[in-house]
Amino acid sequence: MHHLEVDGLTATYDGKILVLDGVSIQVGKGEIVSVIGPSGSGKSTLLRVIMGLLKPKAGHVKLDGDEVDYGNKKSVKALRDRFSIVFQQFNLFQNMDALRNVTIAPVKIRKRDAQKVEKEAIELLGKVGLGDKLHSYPDELSGGQQQRVAIARALALRPEILLLDEVTSALDPELVNEVLDAIRILAKDGMTMMIVSHEMGFVREISTEVIMMDEGKVIEVGSAEQIFDNPQTSRCQDFVGKILRH
Amino acid sequence: MYEGFLDIFDVFLEQSAEFYVWDNAVYLFRAMMTTLTMTIIGCGLGFIFGMIVVYFRRTPGLMFWPVRMTVIFYVETFRRVPFLVLLFLVMFTVKGFGLDFSLFTIACISIVIISTAFIGEIIRAGLDSVHQTQWDTADAMNFSRLQTLRHVILPQAWKVVLPPAFAFFVMFIKDTALTSQVGVLELTQAGKYYNNLGYSAILSFGTVLVLYFILSYPMTRLGWWMEARLHTRRRDERAEFEVGATAYELRGT
Amino acid sequence: MNYTFQWGEAFIEVPYLLGGAWITLHLSFIGFWSGATIGLFGALGKTYGGPVTVKLINWYVIFFTNTPGLVTAFFIFFGLPEFGILLSPYHTILLNIALNSGAYMTEIMRGGFVSVHKTELEAAETMGFTLLQQLRYVIVPHIAKVLFAPLSNWYIWMILGTAMAAIFGVEELTGRVFNRAAETFRSIELYTIAAGMYVAITILASSILVVIGRWAFRVKVKVF
Repeated sequence: MHHLEVDGLTATYDGKILVLDGVSIQVGKGEIVSVIGPSGSGKSTLLRVIMGLLKPKAGHVKLDGDEVDYGNKKSVKALRDRFSIVFQQFNLFQNMDALRNVTIAPVKIRKRDAQKVEKEAIELLGKVGLGDKLHSYPDELSGGQQQRVAIARALALRPEILLLDEVTSALDPELVNEVLDAIRILAKDGMTMMIVSHEMGFVREISTEVIMMDEGKVIEVGSAEQIFDNPQTSRCQDFVGKILRH
Repeated sequence: MYEGFLDIFDVFLEQSAEFYVWDNAVYLFRAMMTTLTMTIIGCGLGFIFGMIVVYFRRTPGLMFWPVRMTVIFYVETFRRVPFLVLLFLVMFTVKGFGLDFSLFTIACISIVIISTAFIGEIIRAGLDSVHQTQWDTADAMNFSRLQTLRHVILPQAWKVVLPPAFAFFVMFIKDTALTSQVGVLELTQAGKYYNNLGYSAILSFGTVLVLYFILSYPMTRLGWWMEARLHTRRRDERAEFEVGATAYELRGT
Repeated sequence: MNYTFQWGEAFIEVPYLLGGAWITLHLSFIGFWSGATIGLFGALGKTYGGPVTVKLINWYVIFFTNTPGLVTAFFIFFGLPEFGILLSPYHTILLNIALNSGAYMTEIMRGGFVSVHKTELEAAETMGFTLLQQLRYVIVPHIAKVLFAPLSNWYIWMILGTAMAAIFGVEELTGRVFNRAAETFRSIELYTIAAGMYVAITILASSILVVIGRWAFRVKVKVF
């Protein structure tokens, strides 16, 4: 039994445009599964659907064998208690400083002890290299710093699985590495992650499994070596070829 | 015409001595306070109801569809009815059903009906100015709707809401002049009273104009100051062009 | 006591009220363009005028935007005859509407003038546009586009504002309701019908303005 099991997941935008077309994925404990593919292939939508931000049309999502009912608020809430997501655009709460961004949900939503949470949050922010920015507001931080706050915020919820949605796509090139380094640290700690990314070098280095998607479908699944060095399908060969050429 | 002007000037001087006396000052001051009080009550309640109306309008789910439609119908309708017409409608309805409300109450009810619609639109535009991703993020972290509003949305939206809402309030100080038509003894009615007593219109209505100016202008300045203080980089363009806010914001400048 | 509605009696008056609605449109239309003319000169004066002109215009704007239109109307209505100037109620109210909305439109239009960016003009200049060509191809289209939405909103606002004319005996929509309500005592019904007509008129005007905006100025706006 896998930790997260996605089976035949289908989703549409406005009930018309098919963005996910029967996607099946398995993620085991401690695995790092990366999803790659051209823009508009449905990678980000996959994460949004799993998080319950977009209702699926069909298919199942199972957590430790228990099916998630996306029509049921309780079920979605329970799922969100175990998952965290980091967005491409950071989406920090603009009215709170870095520390408050990290502590708000554990304290106000999970009702954990405020002092303990704060101590943990300071540690987390230190871990992502922002120990000196605790009281900076989002508009005083660079994109890379904001994204690292967002990662710390996601971790403060003690997720079993962390979803990373193109977390470096909105960053200036020189800021990408500081965020990737933060993710590397998590990988070393054995965090289970699902990563949507365009940073192919990074994907190759960190992933236990790589999934290639196109037009809402899974094209190929395999180890990083297989996908990048020896892709089986022509569509995957094409995509990887284009990316590795430059 | 030139001689006419001199005559007027003589009358004006003559009447001024009679007009500017303590008793009249007290009378006018009371009228001025009536004007201010009904604006504060009307717009204050309008703000509270406006928030409730917006809350219902933004509640998702099929069950709330009739509520949402009712709210939209209400807002769209009462933003398009002249205050004068509404005043008479409320007055005749109250009287027609045999209710014993004071004229002041009737005026306040009318103001609340209109200000709820307008301020509701201003609040909605303010909430819309906070990006949808902030809702999504809070959603993904299991915030309830009220928790998201309280911790995330309102702390960001109030800066966008307050300046146009205040501008609306300042504008309505002037619009309450129409309540004189149903007989409320406020500033304009006081002007009519003195004019009817035989005082020159220049004197009676001129004085009332100055008193309105004294009420309105400092608050207009306060509104400008507030606007400048609260103007943030994050402010979304949409909020500025969202109508409801627009007409009043322009009036406030 | 309960009120007995008698809609039938009120509905008989609909054609008469529609005639009033026509006068409302008429009055607001003339009022709008008179105000727009004042506003245009006000905005020009404020943008390009000397310090004295600017000061005078500022006083004018600040005075009219901080006093009720109804009271300035009373002031003019009862004040002018004291100087021996006699105007009909219709012209008095029109004068008041023009002066009042002229003040607001001065501010609206100035906003449009200010929004023309220097860089745009520099670009036009380097491309060899003459001043007239700049006006024709850059400045006026730009200003028209920027001003379309706020002026449209202002016009809708003025339709509602002209109800005030009824107080001075002008027989526009509200004025006609005054007349009939006094005769038939079907006040609630008549005012409700009038309110509905105002809603209908403004929605119609908004829709027309939205279409004009898209077609002529390529602006996508919600009007009122």
